[in-house]
Amino acid sequence: MSLAQILFYAMAFIALASAGYVASTNNLVRGIFMFFVTLFALAGLYVLALADFVAVTQIVIYVGGILVLILFAFLLSGKETLDSLGQQKDKLISSGKIPGLILAVLFFGVMVAMILRMNADNLDWVKQAVGADNVIKPTDNSIKNIGINLMTTYLLPFEAISVLLMMALIGAAHIARKEPEA
Amino acid sequence: MISLNDFLIVGAALFCIGLYMLLTKRNAIQLLIGIELMLNAGILNLVAFGKYDKINNGGQIFALFAIVLAAATTAVALAIILTVYKKYKTIDPGRVNSLKD
Repeated sequence: MSLAQILFYAMAFIALASAGYVASTNNLVRGIFMFFVTLFALAGLYVLALADFVAVTQIVIYVGGILVLILFAFLLSGKETLDSLGQQKDKLISSGKIPGLILAVLFFGVMVAMILRMNADNLDWVKQAVGADNVIKPTDNSIKNIGINLMTTYLLPFEAISVLLMMALIGAAHIARKEPEA
Repeated sequence: MISLNDFLIVGAALFCIGLYMLLTKRNAIQLLIGIELMLNAGILNLVAFGKYDKINNGGQIFALFAIVLAAATTAVALAIILTVYKKYKTIDPGRVNSLKD
């Protein structure tokens, strides 16, 4: 078992365990802080999939941006939120949660069965890519290639996403503004 | 060499944890965290398959786009949550049951 594999299983365990904690805890603030850990472990998994640029983007945008935004919204929505959380004192498994649990577990079973049946390492196009040496290697510097592709092949989605970001910015500011007294 | 199946199974597990949160939580912020988990599972799959596309880098670039989209949806969703909180004094989606007038 190579070092990369050991690291992969460690990261996968941390990500899944902290995600499970986020899903099972009744303490919202603790859950949000454990979500930090999940995102960091996922960034580690991206590095192990040889996508270092995506991993850094994940840390900058998710950990630095989205989570701070979620904490901010949580703190702004005040005491009532915590009270409504206190009311659902039930444990991990209670009658209201059983249908959701069953559905999630069954869905997981179906997906794992499909993945094992598909056996992704033997897909035709993956084999072709390996045969044509179109595989990212640990020693490659792929960031330059990403930059060039972003400005040539994927220019249209790039521009579309910039327009969408501006729409989201204006929309969020419009929704969150103070209602004028009418 | 980490097998592609391992990445896919971790992604499937994360997706199902997100699905469970989405089905059982009664707090809009926790629902949002569940959606983020599901999005991250999708991004993990994109990145894992992106390893086999060195020339075009399709997987990694669309993973970047998905991260940016997640940021945009979160910003709008949190603005909506704050507005709903101002009007209803609760962020339980089950108790938000009327339109503006």
